[in-house]
Amino acid sequence: MSTDFKLNQNNLSRRKFIGIIFLVFCLLGVLVAMMGLISLLIQVILQGYEWVTPNLIFNYPSRHPEQAGLWPALIGTLYMMGLTALITVPVGIGAAIYLEEYAPKNWITSFIEINTSNLAGVPSIVYGLLGLSIFVYFLKLERSILAGSLTMSLLILPLLILASREAIKAVPMAHREAAFALGGDKWQVVKMAVLPTAFPGILTGVILALSRAIGEAAPMVAITALVYITFVPVTPMDRFTVMPIQIFNWVSRPQDDFRGLAAGGIIILLFLLLSMNSIAVILRNKFQKRSEE
Amino acid sequence: MNNEQNQPKDILKVKNLSFYYGTFQALKDISLDIEANKVTALIGPSGCGKSTLLRCFNRMNDLFSNAKVEGQIIFDDLDIYSQSIDPVLIRSKIGMVFQKPNPFPKSIYDNVAFGLRINGFAGNYDEEIERALVQSALWDEVKDRLKDNAFSLSGGQQQRLCIARALAIRPDVILLDEPTSALDPIATVKIEDLVNVLKKDYTIIIVTHNMQQAARVSDKTAFLLSGEDRCGVLIEYDYTQTMFSNPKIKETEDYITGRFS
Repeated sequence: MSTDFKLNQNNLSRRKFIGIIFLVFCLLGVLVAMMGLISLLIQVILQGYEWVTPNLIFNYPSRHPEQAGLWPALIGTLYMMGLTALITVPVGIGAAIYLEEYAPKNWITSFIEINTSNLAGVPSIVYGLLGLSIFVYFLKLERSILAGSLTMSLLILPLLILASREAIKAVPMAHREAAFALGGDKWQVVKMAVLPTAFPGILTGVILALSRAIGEAAPMVAITALVYITFVPVTPMDRFTVMPIQIFNWVSRPQDDFRGLAAGGIIILLFLLLSMNSIAVILRNKFQKRSEE
Repeated sequence: MNNEQNQPKDILKVKNLSFYYGTFQALKDISLDIEANKVTALIGPSGCGKSTLLRCFNRMNDLFSNAKVEGQIIFDDLDIYSQSIDPVLIRSKIGMVFQKPNPFPKSIYDNVAFGLRINGFAGNYDEEIERALVQSALWDEVKDRLKDNAFSLSGGQQQRLCIARALAIRPDVILLDEPTSALDPIATVKIEDLVNVLKKDYTIIIVTHNMQQAARVSDKTAFLLSGEDRCGVLIEYDYTQTMFSNPKIKETEDYITGRFS
């Protein structure tokens, strides 16, 4: 019986070759994906680097490219992001905690679950129009920062709820049981055993959701109506514009210089986005280390 | 206290307890009394309901939304399943240690402090935490590294940490749900030695699938078995020595001599 057993290892080099082909294939995939991003970055930086000046950051929009800046749009973006975070974070995390920890497991809950996922996939312009009719016209908030923030909140809430739920779901059942067995009530268990472990994941969700919001132009087109804003918003009821809109405005102008200006604006927007993400990564790593090692 | 130790006192009395998950009956008409400051072992084949019974003692089964209990468990003259009793209070009196060590991803110190914090302890935390760790025979191994994460401990140490965590809030009863099934033999011996020491101060109920362990650590043993309907019933309950040397019921004898499939 055992004499029939024979391994054919003559094709070892062929097997290795197939492995290498697969590796090359995967590398190509990465390369194609990276190429798009890198070529975009290079083009933007080449076109825009000489336009990134204090003028661009601190000046108001102008008809003259060399004097034009995006100060109102920059402040508008930061203002709106702050308000959006204030609205989204408590509501989103609260909803996620309710759905994961408190909600009874019945068809209503699963209906809500499915639709949260569906909402995350709705095109952003739809949210823009929804915000326009509800917040701007129906609630008479006008084209204010508040209306913009509420609209953005609607847009990113499903993302945040999904991410937070995943983070909460990933907390082992054993942690909850241990806390219950020590005489914790529901909220103590959630607060002391579930949330600390879920926190890094929730934080990632918050940042990803906010990064999505910072770059969105389509819903802001509907809310801000692309007006020419030459003042910095002060109260949440002021009219405003955001960076993607300002960039969009510059790109659509005929003069070449405005395209350079737009590229400069993109660099600043990317810088803002990347620093937000880096802060998130740093915070997350810090908390993850604290909770795992 | 001395007086009580001389005369056996029943700290927990189970009366005609039946337990259901939805329509499935997991336990049928169980009655037994748990003696204070003794180790009671619950043994039986997989799925006989011994863990379910254990979780009835501290109302952990309440966490399943479809759980239903009939009958009574009397603890300190109170029926723990009566409407007026808050399970949260029961669980601070009847602690539990689980099958797999489940420390929180926090420091050793914070793990032991967890129950104290939850229950609003206002005294000296350092003292209580040292006491709990000494009692669980872990103090010497961790006293210089209390700030280290609990996951840096070995499996056996983690399980003793979980015992310390349960001891910290000074429960009357400790429930151990197969506490050594995830541990190596040396760590198992340490936990068993610990159980022997702890029964001076606590009443211990231990679920085990290991009959030698039941024989080694327990004073009394309850043997549960489930029939065709997968519903657990109490077959025999007696002093461990009596039961292992002279079982009265044939099923018990078959099980403890290993003739049982």
